[in-house]
Formats: sequence, C-alpha cells, structure tokens
Amino acid sequence: MAQTPVRFTLNGRETGLFVEEAANLLDVLRRGAGDISPKYGCGQGTCGACTVLIDGAPHLGCLTLAATVEGREVRTTGGMADGPGLTALQTAFMEGFAAQCGFCTPGMLMAAKALLDRNPQPTRDEVIEAISGNLCRCTGYEPIVDAILAASGQRGAA
Amino acid sequence: MTTVRTLATVAEAVSERGHVLGGGTLLMREVNYRPETVTEILRITDASLKEIRIEMSRITLGAGVTMAAVAARAELAALAPSARSVGGPAIRNMATVGGNLFAPHPYGDFAAALLALDARVHWAGGREEEIESFLAGRDRASGLVTAVSFVPPARGGFRFRKVSRTKPKGVSLMSIAANLTLSGSRVERARIAFGAMGPTPLRAKAAETALEGKTLDEAGIARALTVATDGLAPPDDALASSWYRDRVAPVHLSRLLLERS
Ligand SMILES: Cc1cc2nc3c(=O)[nH]c(=O)nc-3n(C[C@H](O)[C@H](O)[C@H](O)COP(=O)(O)OP(=O)(O)OC[C@H]3O[C@@H](n4cnc5c(N)ncnc54)[C@H](O)[C@@H]3O)c2cc1C
Ligand code: FES
Ligand code: FES
Repeated sequence: MAQTPVRFTLNGRETGLFVEEAANLLDVLRRGAGDISPKYGCGQGTCGACTVLIDGAPHLGCLTLAATVEGREVRTTGGMADGPGLTALQTAFMEGFAAQCGFCTPGMLMAAKALLDRNPQPTRDEVIEAISGNLCRCTGYEPIVDAILAASGQRGAA
Repeated sequence: MTTVRTLATVAEAVSERGHVLGGGTLLMREVNYRPETVTEILRITDASLKEIRIEMSRITLGAGVTMAAVAARAELAALAPSARSVGGPAIRNMATVGGNLFAPHPYGDFAAALLALDARVHWAGGREEEIESFLAGRDRASGLVTAVSFVPPARGGFRFRKVSRTKPKGVSLMSIAANLTLSGSRVERARIAFGAMGPTPLRAKAAETALEGKTLDEAGIARALTVATDGLAPPDDALASSWYRDRVAPVHLSRLLLERS
C-alpha cells in the first residue's frame, strides 16, 4: 500500500514518519513512533484504551486516520512523568489502587488529564462522564473516579 | 487515501468509488476490520465543512462539525442534549454531523434530532434535499454532504431524550426528538422523530397528527401515544427486541411530551 508522510509533535517532540495511507494513529504511534503507552483493546472505539490527546482533546487512536494529525500536537501517557517525580494524577492512581492489570490505565489517564486541564475542580458526575468512553474490567471504576477527584485536591468529594 | 482540499474539485473524486471520511468513528472500524471494503478514503479539508452559521431564520451546520462543537455552542443549546447523547467524550470530539446522517442502526441519535427539525441536507454541487427523503435514500446515495440547515426551534419547543441501558454512555434502545410549536399549552404543529426504531431515524407521523390541536397534558396526548409506533419498524438487536421497543416507546414519548420546558 502507498505510504504517505505525516509530521506532528508527539509529547512535545517533532516527529515525522511515513505511514500507510489507511493506517490508524494507534498503529503509527506503537509501531512507527515506538510509543507503546496507548493500548490496543478493540480497534473499534469501544474500550478507550487507545485514548490520546490531539490538541488537548481526547481522541481514540484506533479510529483516527493517522494522516489527519499532520501539524497537530499528540500527547500520550508515554509523555507523562516517569520515575520518582510522578504527576499528581499518576500518584493518585498509584495510591488509590486505580490500576490493577493496568491495561485501561493509559486511556484513563489521558481522559482524566483532558478533564482536569479544562476543569481543575470537577464534580464526581463530571469525572464519571469524562471516563464514560473508557472500559475497565478490573477496578469497578470507583477507585479510578476517587483517584481523579483526589488528584484534583478533592479527596472523597461527593 | 485522497486528500481533496476544496469543494470545487470534490465532485468527481466522490462519485468514483471513494468513502468520504468524517470523524472516522464508523469508517475506521471498517478499515480496521474489513479493509477490503474500503478501497479509497477521501479526506476533504475544505474549511467550510467545519463552519457553524447562526442566522435568525436559519442555522447551518457544516458536515464536518463535531458533536463536541455543537454541544459547546451556546446558541445551539436546544441541540446540546442530542449532541451529548452520542458516544463518550472522545467519540464526540471526532463524530461529525455528516457521519451521523449516514450512521446505521442503532446509531443516528443526532440525525433523529435533525429529522424532527425538518432539516435540509446540502450536497456538494448545490443540490438540497429534505432530510426525510435523504434518509430514505442514503444507502444508495453517493456524493458529499456539505451541510445541514434548519429553522431554529421555538424556545422550549424542542425536546430530546435517549433511552439506553448504560449511563452516561450507551447505545440507543431508542432516541426521541420532538419539535413542537405551542400556543399556550395547545400544540399547533408537531414533529416527532425516533432513532433506533427502524433502519434509519423515522418520523412518527400518526402521533404528530394526533397531537396537533391538542393540549399538552395527559388527556391531550393520549391518542398520540396509542399510535406512537405506527409506521415505525423497530428492529430486534442485542439490546432489545422489536416487541419491547414497540411496547416502551409510548411510555418514553409520554415522558418527553409531559416534561416541563
Ligand atoms: C464507541 C462508539 C459509540 C458510539 N455511540 C454512538 C451514539 O451513542 N449515538 C450515535 O448516533 N452514534 C454513535 N456512534 C456512531 C458514530 O460515532 C456516530 O454516528 C458519528 O456521528 C459518525 O460520524 P463520523 O464523522 O465518525 O463518521 P465516519 O465514520 O467518518 O463516516 C460514517 C459514514 O458516513 C459517510 N460520510 C461521513 N461524512 C460524510 C459526508 N460529509 N458526505 C457523505 N458521506 C459522509 C462515510 O463515508 C461513512 O460511510 C458510536 C460509535 C462508536 C465507535
Ligand atoms: S482500541 Fe481504540 S477504543 Fe478500543
Ligand atoms: S485495571 Fe484492568 S482494565 Fe482497568
């Protein structure tokens, strides 16, 4: 299949790749750019494990035609802090046992980051709405919702 | 993949064999799972597709306007509940007005709202079509939809509700949109459209007729409820049987009509 060039910034870094014309962004990030933080769960929009931020707004990597991110800013969990200096959100997930198997976590973190960047003091309902496109088969969601509220400085908020 | 930058050059590209890309939430599923069915993706980058034009007498939404963009516009507050009913936040950042018009059952919640608004569908090349005839012929149609337009609903006259098993995000058992012109509590004109109650969103014309001239109270809507699903073709699917959809539709229609505006 024909290849087409695409340039975008990935977690702040200029990135240029040749991609298959019909390639989705998730594939291009994982196989082309070597960022395996967004996960492939379903390839059909159902699970949200592939959620990335495009120009700050959550999008599903598996359903985004890669060529459409030309000139745009893509952020993934791979660009979040690593090692001891985790962000408040990551710390809250860790301390609140919001990740069990961890497969949904990168998508959850991106959905949560998009919410908190826009709305630093969300209500519980707003948190539930923000992660409504992300499935978690392990936690039962409550620890995730609690962690996002905790990260916003509203531990245990109603 | 072909990128077409202006509408002027779009016609020939579309008519050949291409699949127009909106947000890709349905088309990219096909690409991922049945790549052989999508031989050519047409990406149209003309900025007019993203335009929202608000005029006193008419609102025009470009086909590439997303559900998130509709929900964010204060002047489109009446439409926000139907835009917000589509998928989760990431889907809404991607899903377009144009794509929703083509979305098969059980999808098309926003298209149901547009049907109740008697929207017009604008095709590239200048042809315009009533949304009802568009929906009836959409599976055979080829071409690029550039926009939809409609008369803004009267204040408090537009209502929408989506019934699903999971909240806040779930696929429709049905969605219902009603566009009512009221004089006091008397219904002068009614448009009622159902999503997920047929192969495309469909109007409940018997219920519309039964409602016109009546007052918006329990007695006034009774007749409309008994004919609520006349002319609809509720499908069986994994979420609900046709029988169940048929039985609960009047209940949900009643809640929608009696809701205080
Ligand atoms: C997880 C998930 C949840 C969903 N939930 C809902 C829901 O709750 N309610 C709902 O209604 N839908 C839902 N959908 C379906 C879909 O996201 C929406 O219907 C959306 O509006 C489709 O728009 P799109 O821009 O993504 O379409 P695309 O996938 O880009 O296109 C869909 C079809 O329309 C054609 N098309 C698109 N734009 C044009 C145009 N301008 N001119 C001509 N043809 C065009 C394409 O060629 C394609 O055949 C969901 C999808 C997923 C994956
Ligand atoms: S992999 Fe994209 S939504 Fe599941
Ligand atoms: S932690 Fe396993 S799916 Fe969420």
